[in-house]
Amino acid sequence: MLELEARAEPSRLMAWASPLLAVALMLVGGLAVFAALGKDPVEGFRVFFLNPVKDLYALSELLLKATPLMLCAIGLAIGFRANVWNIGAEGQFMLGAVAATGVALYFGDAESALVLPAMVLAGAAGGAAWAAIPALLRTRFNANEILVSLMLVYVAQLFVSWLVFGPWKDPDGFNFPQTRMFAEAATLPMVIEGTRLHFGFAIALAALVAGYAFINRSHAGFRMRVAGEAADAARYAGFSATRMIWVGLLLGGAAAGLAGMGEVAGPMGQLTDKVGSGYGFAAIIVAFVGRLNAFGILLASLLMALLYIGGEQAQQYLNLPNSISMVFQGMLLFFLLGADVFIHYRLRLRRRGT
Amino acid sequence: MDASLFTSMLFATVVAGTPLIIVALGLLVNEKAGVLNLGAEGMMAMGAVAAFAVTHESGNPWLGVAAGMGAGMAMAALFGLLVLTLMANQVASGLALAIFGVGLAAFVGKPYEAVALQAVPPIRIPFIADLPLIGEALYNQQALVYFSWALFWGLLWFLHRSRAGLVLRAVGESPASAHAIGYPVIRIRYLAVLFGGAMAGIGGAFLSVFYTPMWAEGMVAGRGWIALALVVFATWRPLRVMVGAYLFGGVMVTQLFIQGSGLQIDFPSQLLSSLPYWATIVVLVAISRNGNTIRLNSPVSLGKPYRPEA
Amino acid sequence: MPIPYPPLQPDTAAGPARLVLQGISKAYPTVVANHDIGLVVRAGEIRAILGENGAGKSTLMKIIYGVTRPSSGRMFWEGEEVAVASPAHARSLGIGMVFQHFSLFETLTVVENVALALPGKPALDALARRIVEVSERYGLPVDPRRHIHALSVGERQRVEIIRCLLQDPRLLIMDEPTSVLTPQAVRKLFETLRRLADEGCSILYISHKLDEIRTLCHTATVLRGGKVTGECIPAQETPASMARLMIGKELPRCEHDARQAGSEVRLRLAGLSHAADDPFGTDLRDLHLDVHAGEIVGIAGVSGNGQQELLRVISGEAPLAEKFPVQICGVEAGRLSPGRRRRLGMAFVPEERLGRGAVPTMSLADNALLTAAHNQGMVAAGFLRFGRARAFARRCIDEFDVRCGGTAAAAKALSGGNLQKFIVGREILQAPRLLVCAQPTWGVDVGAAAFIRQRIIDLRNRGCAVLVISEELDELFEICDRIAVIAKGRLSPVRAARDTSIEDIGVWMSGLWPGAEHTAGAPLATETPHA
Repeated sequence: MLELEARAEPSRLMAWASPLLAVALMLVGGLAVFAALGKDPVEGFRVFFLNPVKDLYALSELLLKATPLMLCAIGLAIGFRANVWNIGAEGQFMLGAVAATGVALYFGDAESALVLPAMVLAGAAGGAAWAAIPALLRTRFNANEILVSLMLVYVAQLFVSWLVFGPWKDPDGFNFPQTRMFAEAATLPMVIEGTRLHFGFAIALAALVAGYAFINRSHAGFRMRVAGEAADAARYAGFSATRMIWVGLLLGGAAAGLAGMGEVAGPMGQLTDKVGSGYGFAAIIVAFVGRLNAFGILLASLLMALLYIGGEQAQQYLNLPNSISMVFQGMLLFFLLGADVFIHYRLRLRRRGT
Repeated sequence: MDASLFTSMLFATVVAGTPLIIVALGLLVNEKAGVLNLGAEGMMAMGAVAAFAVTHESGNPWLGVAAGMGAGMAMAALFGLLVLTLMANQVASGLALAIFGVGLAAFVGKPYEAVALQAVPPIRIPFIADLPLIGEALYNQQALVYFSWALFWGLLWFLHRSRAGLVLRAVGESPASAHAIGYPVIRIRYLAVLFGGAMAGIGGAFLSVFYTPMWAEGMVAGRGWIALALVVFATWRPLRVMVGAYLFGGVMVTQLFIQGSGLQIDFPSQLLSSLPYWATIVVLVAISRNGNTIRLNSPVSLGKPYRPEA
Repeated sequence: MPIPYPPLQPDTAAGPARLVLQGISKAYPTVVANHDIGLVVRAGEIRAILGENGAGKSTLMKIIYGVTRPSSGRMFWEGEEVAVASPAHARSLGIGMVFQHFSLFETLTVVENVALALPGKPALDALARRIVEVSERYGLPVDPRRHIHALSVGERQRVEIIRCLLQDPRLLIMDEPTSVLTPQAVRKLFETLRRLADEGCSILYISHKLDEIRTLCHTATVLRGGKVTGECIPAQETPASMARLMIGKELPRCEHDARQAGSEVRLRLAGLSHAADDPFGTDLRDLHLDVHAGEIVGIAGVSGNGQQELLRVISGEAPLAEKFPVQICGVEAGRLSPGRRRRLGMAFVPEERLGRGAVPTMSLADNALLTAAHNQGMVAAGFLRFGRARAFARRCIDEFDVRCGGTAAAAKALSGGNLQKFIVGREILQAPRLLVCAQPTWGVDVGAAAFIRQRIIDLRNRGCAVLVISEELDELFEICDRIAVIAKGRLSPVRAARDTSIEDIGVWMSGLWPGAEHTAGAPLATETPHA
């Protein structure tokens, strides 16, 4: 009979190997899914996992997709470290997009160099403001931030759709639920000409570096790690739980808001009711798969972006619904959570009756 | 308000509250055993799509409900494997289940979008259905509405009168003590998790087969999360789950009636639709304000991993 | 079938062998908890299992009770070989166990708790009557309808004992039963146990308290490092000779010389009252206390009488609404956070080491950062200086003889004694002006305990004020200059340790000190002496 046996010390090898194991299992699982759907697994693998990295343009699309994931995930990771469970990044993302859109529409066609910086600030502030609601309700009234932040996702979605069906609807847009296209000055410049990879990618990379410094090097980050590992120890040491909840939620919200700003000022160029496309939820997976640290999140966001684009490719070439990416993403996280058990335990064969 | 409007609003409130009751009561049992499953939304979505598909293929809504229940249990089993056998973090695993379930449901449900089902006729209870005002609303209802009431009474008895309920509460309070006096903690927790999954699956089935006989991606629309909030709101008491579920049902129905009534009020429908979500937040705040209310009532070991020493 | 193993002296044999263990071993991945243990318990015999913390006593009892299974070895029950599969199986054989950390359910009633341990589906009303019967017969008064959380620690223990007695056990295992009782309550417990033994019940009595074992037990088996190191008849031994069996050497003693305390008040409680945050906690009522530079003041008491609440209020983990009731080094500190209080010169060693005093998964260097970051210059411009953290952790390890794998070792990889030495070292090396210490040697091996006590005394000799809160009276009398008692959230007068005795303090622990006021009708949170 197989059984789990506690290790004396957590295995460093498994801590590194477990994400790789999870990815491998996901690939195997993916092949099985393709086969089960009656597709040629090899062809499926090529379309899903190789197409997204086949040339420079494809790679730039991959990085484009990874940008909002990176931003949202590094923000979430800071809160998750302290057991502040902000799962409403999707809503904060949308509110960041709304705030940035507000700035863009306000300036209209004005050719000012200040428009973009103002949009960046507005995006971060919008996301942070949306995250401030669960922070306030948690610190002031002890209301569970998981449920509050999640409810606010639905509210945000309805709010966005009101805006684009109502006051902000493009008067020349044939009644489509979308705003006017942003002016040149309100659109992010490209990092690489000829691609869609915009400057938001640089912001995301900078956020990763800042996130690393905060989590691993700063005293504030240390305090949050302590709170996440042992809440009583944090209280004993005198680290303020209230402050950590605020920091965790506001940073998470600001990062998600920035990501939302990047979407409307980048590839979309306008606000539509489809602005929230699940990045905020996918970022939760990215944060966990990336082990809540900056480098891990970089890799995990690339992997998740690959799954997104793979899904689009599968839709185009294999005639599968693109929600297959969510199936792969879910599998990845499940395999990781399962594989992580081997960091603290090992398998042992034990004969019955002894 | 005229009588027929009252009756139809009451009818709609009961219908809207029913899936919440079924799911929240399942989660209540789940949490009484000390296990927090945040994946209700995913289990409901899978229940909904499985029930819809089977009903569509077989033409039999009861086979559909069974399939929905099975799908919910399968998802719950996956969750149980992670948190009970492999001791993964309950919050992370629950979130994973929610995201994965919604995604998988969207994937397998693709062929069933834009397919309609025949509405299942309600079951009319003789005599009492003729009562004025409430008869039509309460006793000419879908079978699963009656099921939700039976579930409520059954659960009351189970939790407070039966030995098994006592053991369940004991496991949720102190798994270490329960293990020390010889109860199979992990097995009991598996059963509770599976029960939670079964109810979430049935709740999902109610949505896609009876409530709005169709399947659309995202049709669960946060009801799994609202059910989780309901359990907190109810401070883990079945009666309060009922009350809370109908209150939420009432809020949902009211905003729909206002939207559909043609009343000349100048309020955007999208903002009205966000009412149930705001209501959830308000209720959570109200119940959580006094920290002791939650602390005194929540199962002590809720969310904490436990592994018996060999 | 009589089993002649291990050999017993005939005059200790009070009856036929009820339980025999042969070659019992239990190996965990990291340690061998039991190695080749042999044991015989006869009918009506009270046998002590004596050993230090970590000697393997609890593991052995869990094996007998079926909570854990041995890696190898044989067990015979009344002549038949058995493999106890579960606690329910053990109970059906006639084995009962009273756990050290009780296995009761706080939110359930007494009768529900008892029902959970009985086979079948007993009707609760009938069961309640049986509980009352048994409790009267053995002098263990308890109300079957009350919730466990409303009971005192002593009452909870009675519930555990009654739960065992209802199943007519022929072997009762008691795991460190007196650590939660006043000396008077201990005497009551011993009467009950002797009566049970006279009726033919065998008792396995686990303890590390030598004088108790000498008073109560017929025979003793001594464990050290998971092995049987000896057997004896306690009545024929001295505490010193049993200690040698238990730890393999002489009991270490601390050097504690009388000394004039300074005049400066470093900690003052000025009419401190505080409602407990925890609904099941104890409210503090009008506490007054001065702790001066250069003295050690001890607070004794049965656990659950307000110690936790008092410590949180002093440390700042539960800040007050007002400033004056807690004064630290002359500053009214009632509303300050723990960090601010530390900056006034206070250090604090909490009761729970893993999870409160130290973060289990973090390295010792990171754990040094926990309280010493500002004091030892480990933070610059908001960023951490890891080199300094490592250097400070190194000092703690070297100066406090912490045996570990270096500054990178995780806190949870250390033994209880070594982790406690690290935490005490971390607090003392910050050169505090006031040290508050909860249960400084709870669950620590004898050597480490003596070491820690000596370091606390040395600190006091250097002029630091020390407040120690402990449930071990022996410890308090060993190191304290003055002693007070906390009971039901009130504090007794403070007495010079040399002017009082364990017996007096024991009476005070019931809340009965000169001038103590009792509100009529208020249930006592502690044991009252039963006439």
